[in-house]
Amino acid sequence: MALTTTEPAEAATEITLDNLLESPQGRNLLTCIQCGVCAGTCPYGDVMDYPPRRIIGMLRAGLIEDVLVSDSLLHCVACYACMAKCPRGLRLTEVLLPLVKEQVFSRLPEIPAELQKALTNTLRYGNPMGESARKRAAWAKTAGVPIRVLSEDPRPVDVLWFVECYTSFHPRGQDNSRATAKILHALGVDFAILGNEEKCAGECARLVGEAGLFETLMDYHMALLHKYKFSRIITSGAHAYDAFKYEYPSLGFDHSVEHTTPFLAGRLDSLRPLLTRKLGYTVTYHDSCCLGRHNGFYEEPRRLLKAIPGVKLVEMPHNRINSVCCGGGGGGMWLDTYFKAKGRERLADRRVKEAVGTGADVLAISCPYEVSRFEDSLKVLGYDKRMVVRDVVELLAEAMEGAP
Amino acid sequence: MNTLVLMKMVPDIVEELEVGPDGKSLDLESLRLIVSERDDHALEQALLLKERRGGSVTTMAIESPDIDEILFTALAKGSDRAVKMVGAEPPLTTSEAAALLARVLPDVPNLMPVDLILTGCQAIDDLDGLLAPILAEQLRIPYLGVVTGVDAETGQGRATVFKEYAGGVRGEYAVSLPAVLGIQAAEKPPRYVPVAKVRSTMKSRTIDTVPAPPRDETSQLEILQMTKPEATGRAEMLEGSPEEVASKVADVLSARGLV
Repeated sequence: MALTTTEPAEAATEITLDNLLESPQGRNLLTCIQCGVCAGTCPYGDVMDYPPRRIIGMLRAGLIEDVLVSDSLLHCVACYACMAKCPRGLRLTEVLLPLVKEQVFSRLPEIPAELQKALTNTLRYGNPMGESARKRAAWAKTAGVPIRVLSEDPRPVDVLWFVECYTSFHPRGQDNSRATAKILHALGVDFAILGNEEKCAGECARLVGEAGLFETLMDYHMALLHKYKFSRIITSGAHAYDAFKYEYPSLGFDHSVEHTTPFLAGRLDSLRPLLTRKLGYTVTYHDSCCLGRHNGFYEEPRRLLKAIPGVKLVEMPHNRINSVCCGGGGGGMWLDTYFKAKGRERLADRRVKEAVGTGADVLAISCPYEVSRFEDSLKVLGYDKRMVVRDVVELLAEAMEGAP
Repeated sequence: MNTLVLMKMVPDIVEELEVGPDGKSLDLESLRLIVSERDDHALEQALLLKERRGGSVTTMAIESPDIDEILFTALAKGSDRAVKMVGAEPPLTTSEAAALLARVLPDVPNLMPVDLILTGCQAIDDLDGLLAPILAEQLRIPYLGVVTGVDAETGQGRATVFKEYAGGVRGEYAVSLPAVLGIQAAEKPPRYVPVAKVRSTMKSRTIDTVPAPPRDETSQLEILQMTKPEATGRAEMLEGSPEEVASKVADVLSARGLV
């Protein structure tokens, strides 16, 4: 992607770590009661030198530089657990941690190689896996239903479907996209995709501390979206949903945005008659951090699952607000080797053990990162004969036997 | 220790390569260029040397698509100066590029003499790695290639250069300066520079330009034909249930007399 020298549009009062304590959000941080719930609920809180409680303590004491030169915050998987549990309601994952992490990132003597590759690829190819940007929409030819690409047919459309990276390139992510296309088509939704013009929405770049990369991607998409007329955006990416909902508005983005799971849950009355095939699965649902804790979409995926004939839904002990992160957020998707070198347990392994413990044979998810993370864990732990991972949309499409 | 790093763009093989209409070159329309990986290592090695021994790093390239971004990135990483040679009509063969660079270097204001000239020991469009040795020959200075480490104390007039051989054997050489080194790999992987830093570098720094001297060298090599590899055989995929596949494997093995 071409870098430009244009100044990104910035909010009138841009908050930085330097002026944080002068801002309302920052002053709010001073009300921290140092209870430590954040560290206790953090999935890596036991191994971090500086969990949120200590970061606030160091900030108050003027010792924040010690935090910034430590790589402790690379452990943060941006799972919103600390923020969701904070009794003072401090916006830790939204405000404090990204600001600190950006400084930590810029001071790292070396960026872990796997992460560096993902970031370099995202800048150059618009996706972290380094696949050709010209093949981003290649999966659409395998969808089995017509998919309009706006660059080829720019007529106004009701629903602009922002597919995202893993759902465009990863073989199992493409299963999600094919299922989504099939469902949208069956529901008669007027939809189109950006095709090869689409790039990563960039949320993980921001939350790993690479704010400049995120701004570059935002600038790119703001210019791109101006080209087309559409009523709303839906996205398969839980992280893209967060980016569009919380960050793109700072550049004037004012479209309605929905993740595909709640979007389909809102159309369950039309969808239900299409779910004709009895599946016979015991399913446990993993609440993704972005959809669940950050946005409160706990019941929408469960309503969809319960609507599928022959699906028995069982819950893991940690569900809804207590869900355990798959480890993919905040750049964790590309830090597995870093965590491994540090001797950390892979969070996806921790989660999969819990899922298997429910006796379910399907682990249902609705964030595209989780497919490969959980499937890898099932294989590593030897559970791949006992459990499969399926996106909610894949299960819906499977139940639509006979539907076009 | 003043170091000059030469960087260039090469075809990005993540994208499909197409043969152009002349049947002798790559189709420029479908081509996307990326910085040559070993040149990136040459830059990293120069920056490591500067951090260790002081001095300056100048990064230079012949004008080509997207090269400004590469030069600004080099500045953001710690290069002190970026120079672009403009006006050389493409395409340039490796020997033509080396001749142009050799002739233009004395004309770059406040550049020469430098102690070291580093560039990639090879590029995907220069598998013989000819750029560095031809340049060294033209400048009448020593050349060492396939280098994996460099050290040099200021004022000693010589550098210590490391090369890796098969079987874990490491070679250590002393070379008098100035010299041209073809870098295979820097001592550490090329560093990452945050995008925001590149963006601010684009606003605060400039790239010096120097006009290309007239070309009087014609390449001794002519490309006769360029074609895509032709498949001579294909893998046969065995499909079916595990039992069916096992039975097919057994059939294949017995049909070929292997069991």
